[in-house]
Amino acid sequence: MIYLMCFILFSIGIYCILVKKNLIKIIIGIGIAGYAVNLFFILVGYRAQGRAPILAQDQVIQNMVDPLPQALILTNIVIGLAVTVLIVAIAIRIYEKYGTFDITKIRRLRG
Amino acid sequence: MNKKIKQPGMTLIVKTITRLTVGLILLYGIYIVTHGHISPGGGFAGGVIIALSFIHLMLAFGKDLALRKLSEKLAAFFESFGAIMFLTIGLLGFIGGYFFFNFIFKGKPFNLFSAGIIPLCNIAICFKVGAGLFAVFVALILLKVPIKKE
Amino acid sequence: MFELYILLLFMILGAIIAVEIKDLLSSVIAVGAVGLGLSVAFLILKAPDLAITQLAVEILCLIILIRATIRRDIPTLNRRKEVVGSIIVLLFIGGFLFFAYLALKDLPSFGHPIMRVSQNYLAEGLRKTGATNLVASVILDFRAYDTLGEATVLFTAVIGVLAVLRRIGRKKVDEVVKEEDE
Repeated sequence: MIYLMCFILFSIGIYCILVKKNLIKIIIGIGIAGYAVNLFFILVGYRAQGRAPILAQDQVIQNMVDPLPQALILTNIVIGLAVTVLIVAIAIRIYEKYGTFDITKIRRLRG
Repeated sequence: MNKKIKQPGMTLIVKTITRLTVGLILLYGIYIVTHGHISPGGGFAGGVIIALSFIHLMLAFGKDLALRKLSEKLAAFFESFGAIMFLTIGLLGFIGGYFFFNFIFKGKPFNLFSAGIIPLCNIAICFKVGAGLFAVFVALILLKVPIKKE
Repeated sequence: MFELYILLLFMILGAIIAVEIKDLLSSVIAVGAVGLGLSVAFLILKAPDLAITQLAVEILCLIILIRATIRRDIPTLNRRKEVVGSIIVLLFIGGFLFFAYLALKDLPSFGHPIMRVSQNYLAEGLRKTGATNLVASVILDFRAYDTLGEATVLFTAVIGVLAVLRRIGRKKVDEVVKEEDE
């Protein structure tokens, strides 16, 4: 059930990418889809009544959550930021050249 | 009134609060990086927080003061330094046998100086992420977009 | 896990607002709310490293997106909506969700992961690396190649931004460049 809600969040991002005509809206759609994917990985690795995967002094912790998806997503978050910055830079150059964020007009101007 | 407009940056309130908080933010970032192998945190989070402290300075005081503290050339140098340091740590692992071998003595757990190469790798990644994001932000700020009339 | 459902509902609501609102600045702020909700969700799911990173990254992302949208007098797009295209996209998403529902039945249920690889990491992480934060031991010792690839991607992205936004060697505003020069 909770997986399905995560997929709904992902499909909102996909809808935004496919339907909207504004470049900033498309960047926002990519960001929302990325958030949903990050959340899905962590949801898969969660263990019921789990503890964070950090050892404590003088006690033995039995049920830790899965550290492997957390490590993968930790790199993915920073990569997502870098990719977002790259797309924003390209969008600013497009605005500088054409004076608009509307992708249909950009295609027409290109000829 | 004219003198205030010419000054770069935000108002006096923002500048005073920034003067108080920006050092604490930088210190918190360094803490997060150096304790990354004992407690939550690590190179990625600490690097982003250190970059945010310089960006905070730039947003409050204007770009000249922040660039005097950490110029573009220095940021580029730090990013390359981080990348080369990370690769060097990886290559030094061939002493023990394979790439990224944990060749330093591991020490006692729960101490600051433990876990071999992991704190050094954290520092390298912190240099790389922080300097890279700061350079990107400077490039975005310095670009003046001429408003084109249709 | 009741609070997690409420948090996910909040995130879905924020995402819908961010997609459908007309004003771009409000849209950017709504996506910031979604990201901060994601940070709290990571904290509930026992991933404190990710919560710190997501919080810092979200603030930086918000600053950059606001930098991109502010002071651009964007004409609100009041064109007629393309009904056919939207319906096709909605049908596609419905099919996607249906097949996702079928596929999710094969996953292990929520809260009971398999953890075949991670058992090894959890059992021997402290002895082999000496780091008590097991996530750090995974990203920098067991799977350091991932971090190397991440560093490469970040370097490429920074170089790409600096190349796209460069000021040297660009055409001036009034300069006319011939075809063969370009």
